[in-house]
Amino acid sequence: MMISANRRQFLAAGAGFGALLAAPAIVRAQTDKVVNLYTARHYGTDDAFYSAFKAKTGISVNRVEAGADALIQRIAAEGANSPVDVLITVDAGNLERARARALFQPFNSEAIRARVPAHLRDPDDNWFGFTTRARVIFYHKDRVKPEQLSSYEDLANPKWKGRLLIRSSSNVYNQSLTGSVLAARGEAATEAWARGISANLARPPRGGDTDQFRAVFAGEGDLAVANTYYLGNLIQENKAEDRALIEKIGVFFPNQADRGTHMNLSGAGMARNARNREAAAQFLDYLASDQAQRHFAETNSEYPVVSSVPAPARVATWGSFKQDQLNAATFARNNASALQIMDRAGWK
Amino acid sequence: MNGHDATLIGNGAAVQNLHGSQQTAPTPRPTPNGAPRQASMARHRRFDAVQGAALVAAGLVVLPLITVLWSLTGPYGQTLTHLVDTILGEVLLNTLLMCLLVGLGTLVLGVGTAWLVAACRFPGSRQFEWLLILPLAMPSYIIGYAYMDLMAFAGPLQTAIRTTFGVSRGEYWFPPLSGVTGASVMFTLVLYPYVYLLARGAFVEQSACIVDAARALGARPFEAFRRISLPMARPAIAAGVALALMETLADFGMVQYFGVLTFTTVIFRTWFGMGDPVAAAQLASGLLIFVLALLLLEQRSRSQRRFSRTSRRARLFSPYQLSGWKAGLAFIACALPVTLGFLVPVAVFLQMQIKGGDAVLSEQFLTLARNSLLLAGLAAALITLVGALLAYALRVSQSPLTRGAVRFATLGYAMPGTIIAVGVLIPFGLFDNGLDTLMRTTFGISTGLLLSGSLAAVMLAYLVRFLAVATHSVSSGYARIGANLDDAARLLGAGPTEVVRRIHRPLLSRSLLTAAALVFVDVMKELPATLIVRPFNFDTLAVRVYNFASDERLMQASTSALCIVAVGLIPVILLSHSLRNEEGGPAPV
Repeated sequence: MMISANRRQFLAAGAGFGALLAAPAIVRAQTDKVVNLYTARHYGTDDAFYSAFKAKTGISVNRVEAGADALIQRIAAEGANSPVDVLITVDAGNLERARARALFQPFNSEAIRARVPAHLRDPDDNWFGFTTRARVIFYHKDRVKPEQLSSYEDLANPKWKGRLLIRSSSNVYNQSLTGSVLAARGEAATEAWARGISANLARPPRGGDTDQFRAVFAGEGDLAVANTYYLGNLIQENKAEDRALIEKIGVFFPNQADRGTHMNLSGAGMARNARNREAAAQFLDYLASDQAQRHFAETNSEYPVVSSVPAPARVATWGSFKQDQLNAATFARNNASALQIMDRAGWK
Repeated sequence: MNGHDATLIGNGAAVQNLHGSQQTAPTPRPTPNGAPRQASMARHRRFDAVQGAALVAAGLVVLPLITVLWSLTGPYGQTLTHLVDTILGEVLLNTLLMCLLVGLGTLVLGVGTAWLVAACRFPGSRQFEWLLILPLAMPSYIIGYAYMDLMAFAGPLQTAIRTTFGVSRGEYWFPPLSGVTGASVMFTLVLYPYVYLLARGAFVEQSACIVDAARALGARPFEAFRRISLPMARPAIAAGVALALMETLADFGMVQYFGVLTFTTVIFRTWFGMGDPVAAAQLASGLLIFVLALLLLEQRSRSQRRFSRTSRRARLFSPYQLSGWKAGLAFIACALPVTLGFLVPVAVFLQMQIKGGDAVLSEQFLTLARNSLLLAGLAAALITLVGALLAYALRVSQSPLTRGAVRFATLGYAMPGTIIAVGVLIPFGLFDNGLDTLMRTTFGISTGLLLSGSLAAVMLAYLVRFLAVATHSVSSGYARIGANLDDAARLLGAGPTEVVRRIHRPLLSRSLLTAAALVFVDVMKELPATLIVRPFNFDTLAVRVYNFASDERLMQASTSALCIVAVGLIPVILLSHSLRNEEGGPAPV
């Protein structure tokens, strides 16, 4: 059980370390026909998407997946020599922060401008959303009638006391939702609303989105706020033990009478110091293509941003609905204030 | 009786013993024919070289921590005021409460089980010696997912209760697994082995004479434990609890999932939610200073006490033979942490794996396993080497600068991996871009990014994060090698290199092995630093668990989770093997 290393092992280790040091240079050497991606998307199903892009264009995709904020720090630290060509996030707030730190350059694509609605694009073409996610109300069909539901604002009504499930205020989806309420109602009303939400909770916030509607099915509460694609993915996985849940959980799109349902987006932009600019432009165009849009809709139950691609059947059965067209940049700016409001309101 | 000790740390313990030894070691004794002066000069050169190397290594590790602390120079924004006005009080309370609960929990579980297996014999006591280490292989976020799945209202246990007894919500009591208490229980279950390993090592090492003397004077078993064994083991126990608490403070994944607002959660809310990385770094600096203060306080509180061993050949005192209900209780006390900390979560994930796991033998999966092994292996070798260097510097150097730098360099264990990652990104980026500019202006060559985005950056992040484990482990090994041994070797004509090669290395082999094993397990489990600093297309098992779990596809995550545990078991089994052998083996000194 002795640790002994002879000289050869030492030399081998040294050579190994040398190779590691040179690794980024090797990646950089193959400048043509690659696009380097920093992405906050973490869906296993996206692997197939990158393969499809390679098959179509011959461009291979290198990627680093991590949280968007950390990736933004990384790009900033790497500076002018950063290898990144495209940054992808799962939240509009982060796109806006990357833009504010001048980490993007305009992509100037007619195709994207023509296909992606204006409210899902940065006015100066620094980034655009390529899928959207609806944050909706899930309800138990035995205990709640859809007629009883109306809006996010109504969830703060004391009639839901002890019946509501939603995850922590640390979650970015909740920060963006609160940011959208803030944009519509102003600060004082939003704080009162957050206080009401906090008071109506069936249990202290914990777990992920799926945990919330699972708890509704089990009876821990009657309503849950979560993103639709989590239920869509459950339907797609089609496991025997989930069938009863899928049967009993209804989807309600709030605020149809006024601003529409809150949508967040997954978006992308070209990095300011992108070296593979041509490949990056092709990749961004591809994100808005029918093929890519269909992929995200089919594999991760997200809503396409392009009107020519329909949502998959399991998602379409929830019905079409009015979407909140608030510009992503607005609620991105609101995230920080939203979190402070949630802090004051005691939303854990 | 080396080795169990195996273990880690011994932070203060090692340092204290070293202080003792230094009084004699560095002073050259006069010998005839004027040799001492030469020897002394050679020794000084040697010390300077060691000191230099240690300072360079410590400096490298301290760099990312300094980057974080740099934020303290301001500006102080409105974010901090807001936090102070709203949640900071509760957050501090939660953090302190969690530290208290985890501290107490690991103390009771770790010391209790260590005492039982070291001092008592009951059915299974030999097996428990190594079974009790198993939870070490379980990452805290994984155990959190497993229990949340098992114990939630919608989980199998509560559903079974409701359908069996026909009760509904609020009509029955079920232990709630949430908040500070729930998270603390989870941490305790996976972190108590640190305390157990150290405490057991200390108990086994205690001279039989002193415990037998206590017994002869009429002390009952518990009294002998409380008044003799426990105080003597205190440095080791304190070191184990300190490690457990540092891990607790650094965790983000589990507290986030459990919805607990702790200091770490607030750091990330401030950074991610409020988009204020400066305020986040200021908070992290606060955490760093808090940990430093705690460690110093603990060290001070026992600086007056010294428990040097007189004899290394200590005979193990005769264990208490337990029978009847006492044996039963002892068995349950040892079986419980193993069951809850290891068997239950493994069973939960096994059942998920059977229902709908990943394909284990796919090419992609093998790549992940290979990457994880590569990182863990490289890191174990590198960090053990640096840890040994710093431990050696602590042994031979009296310079406050060196000692301070080494102490500071091991604080990274209490820092969240994400913060360390950014602390690595910034100086590496500055270096790379600075060098690139220099090379371009002088030679017209662009060197681009050399270190940023390489595995070297990942290794530095690991070094910062896990150096404490290796340094303390080797230090505690050094504490057991008397300074007189070094002196004897020197008098017989051995140079310092030869002393290290022929005296230290053989005697430290178990401590080095322990250090490497612990770093290996820690790197297998590590997530945030890997995630952020890694090169393109470099996935590990932990990354895969994270990807699936954050997408709320736990079943698919189960395969990689089990794999991490399985690979993490290898060094744990090696460790336990060396624990079992040492009792029969010859005493090393």
